[in-house]
Amino acid sequence: MSSSFLYKSKSLLSHCKLGRMHDKRTIPMRFIFQKNHASTLVIAEPSSSSSSSSEAMSSLMPATLSAISAAQKLHSGPITILSDKAIDTSSLPSAVTSVLHIGASSSGTPDKDKSLCGSLLVAENVSAHIQQAQTLYSFSHIIAPATKFGSNILPRAAAILGMSPITDIIEILSNDTFVRPIYAGNALAKVQATQNVKLLSVRTTAFEKAAVDGSPAATVINLMEEKQVPPPQTLTEFVKENVSSSDRPDLATANVVISGGRGIKSAENFALLESLADKLGGAVGASRAAVDAGYAPNDLQVGQTGKCVAPELYIACGISGAIQHLSGMKDSKTIVAINSDRDAPIFQVADYGLVDDLFKAVPELTRQL
Amino acid sequence: MKILVGVKRVVDYAVKVRVGADGVNLKNVKMSLNPFCEIAVEEAVKLKENKAANVSEVVALSVGPKQCQETLRTALAMGCDRGIHISTDLRTDYMELQSDAVAKLFQKVIEEKEKDIHLVLVGKQAIDSDCGQVGPALAGYMSWPQCTFASKVDLDGDGLLVERETDSGTETIKVPKLPAVVTCDLRLNTPRYATLPNIMKAKKKKVDTYKAEEFGVDLEVKNKVLEVYEPPSRKEGILVDDVDTLIDKLRNEASVIQ
Repeated sequence: MSSSFLYKSKSLLSHCKLGRMHDKRTIPMRFIFQKNHASTLVIAEPSSSSSSSSEAMSSLMPATLSAISAAQKLHSGPITILSDKAIDTSSLPSAVTSVLHIGASSSGTPDKDKSLCGSLLVAENVSAHIQQAQTLYSFSHIIAPATKFGSNILPRAAAILGMSPITDIIEILSNDTFVRPIYAGNALAKVQATQNVKLLSVRTTAFEKAAVDGSPAATVINLMEEKQVPPPQTLTEFVKENVSSSDRPDLATANVVISGGRGIKSAENFALLESLADKLGGAVGASRAAVDAGYAPNDLQVGQTGKCVAPELYIACGISGAIQHLSGMKDSKTIVAINSDRDAPIFQVADYGLVDDLFKAVPELTRQL
Repeated sequence: MKILVGVKRVVDYAVKVRVGADGVNLKNVKMSLNPFCEIAVEEAVKLKENKAANVSEVVALSVGPKQCQETLRTALAMGCDRGIHISTDLRTDYMELQSDAVAKLFQKVIEEKEKDIHLVLVGKQAIDSDCGQVGPALAGYMSWPQCTFASKVDLDGDGLLVERETDSGTETIKVPKLPAVVTCDLRLNTPRYATLPNIMKAKKKKVDTYKAEEFGVDLEVKNKVLEVYEPPSRKEGILVDDVDTLIDKLRNEASVIQ
């Protein structure tokens, strides 16, 4: 991309008949920042409600850092963040050159902040601001983490811009060619985007988090003070959120995950997994069967339609290993399965399988560690 | 209230797919109603059974080959009133007809064929393409409110109160006024089995067929699938005899614990 840009400016130089050919300041600005130069807008994942709603300048979530590192694989052009609130430039990776935010600020009361933030973050509002940002800055790529937040917004934003997005990307081969899973990850599709603006969402477990090394020269712009501000949207209203809070590491980014399935038999028994997780400094996950049966809350669900995790160590306890569950954890580095059923499909993906009663094995494992 | 429900014919969730030269091999493979579409149908029928919702009609819409008529019959047997089949032989599992075109076809149906739709219910994603795009894209084209990953839908005055799943739990969103698009998540409801009498009744319900080309929508693929291949397989694992051996392996072989 950058080499073709240089080529363009050389041919423009000969057209402009400028004396000092080596000094690009003599080229009019409108020739340097041509409309189709490569630049990326990264949609930042909002901070969880348990943190920082009352902080005016917050830092970036891990999902955003993965999206930024994905953005760096697209091209060498500038990377801009779209966030609900201003970000401290010391909390930015150096690759980020500007921040556009939509004016979320502190009112002083956490509940009011949550409500304000929630309203700003509905898909109808965020997509309208993406459209505003695109009108102002003509990005070539718009990238979001493939979280529930990103997946809610990106297709609407793409539709508004007349584009067809590519979601859940696990590999970036060039600025227009990507790999994404289909059929619950049992097949991979290499796909090439043909439209001039590429809207993409990336699976965060597939991209290392960009280092937060600071970007002191980054500009921070409040979109509410720029041109083309969208009118306040009235299609939906945020009412409230129900968030499970925990001291444990976040499931999506933990290095160790202890996961329970139908074999756990009750919500109380989940405490066995929690003790093991605490010993290993890990997070707790659950299969769909366990969540459906009420043993665990929905945000712990790992699978095709739950969270995708890829920790260093995944220990599946009492999980049979249905296709849909495997699709959410088969990229884990080391997989351990503990199940009393020798024929459970989970043993086919496990690096280490222990055929045993989990109510004996898990406490013993916890005790010995 | 008139409801439009999207129903997609996909590979059955229990099938282990095989990847061939032109993509996933679908010959002689069991096909079913997409599980999330099934949940959308159930929600539509439940709303119809709720007198307070005052639902006049539930119309099921499917885009795909002629076998989609079977998928529509399942939706009709569950309680939908009428079906619309938009016929195309383009592959709908991400390979040829993609979400943007499908959403535009839905838009055409709403604008030209069924002009008084108040609510569109679709599954949150299809288990073949795993895109999850049709719902929010349709809402974007129509400039309608959207509630994705819905785990609870309640009537609220002229609109809805929807609880939806988020990355950290759930949140409640109010839609002050219909029409709206809702995409259905796993825990929204448990779909009913169609009873034999209802299956028989479904045979008499009306299904209109249109060709996809009739609507003047750009069906051309925007994101070209260059290649489909199997993911790299994992190295085969081993069974260990006891917890001691497991700890030893994790510590000294895999080096994932201290």
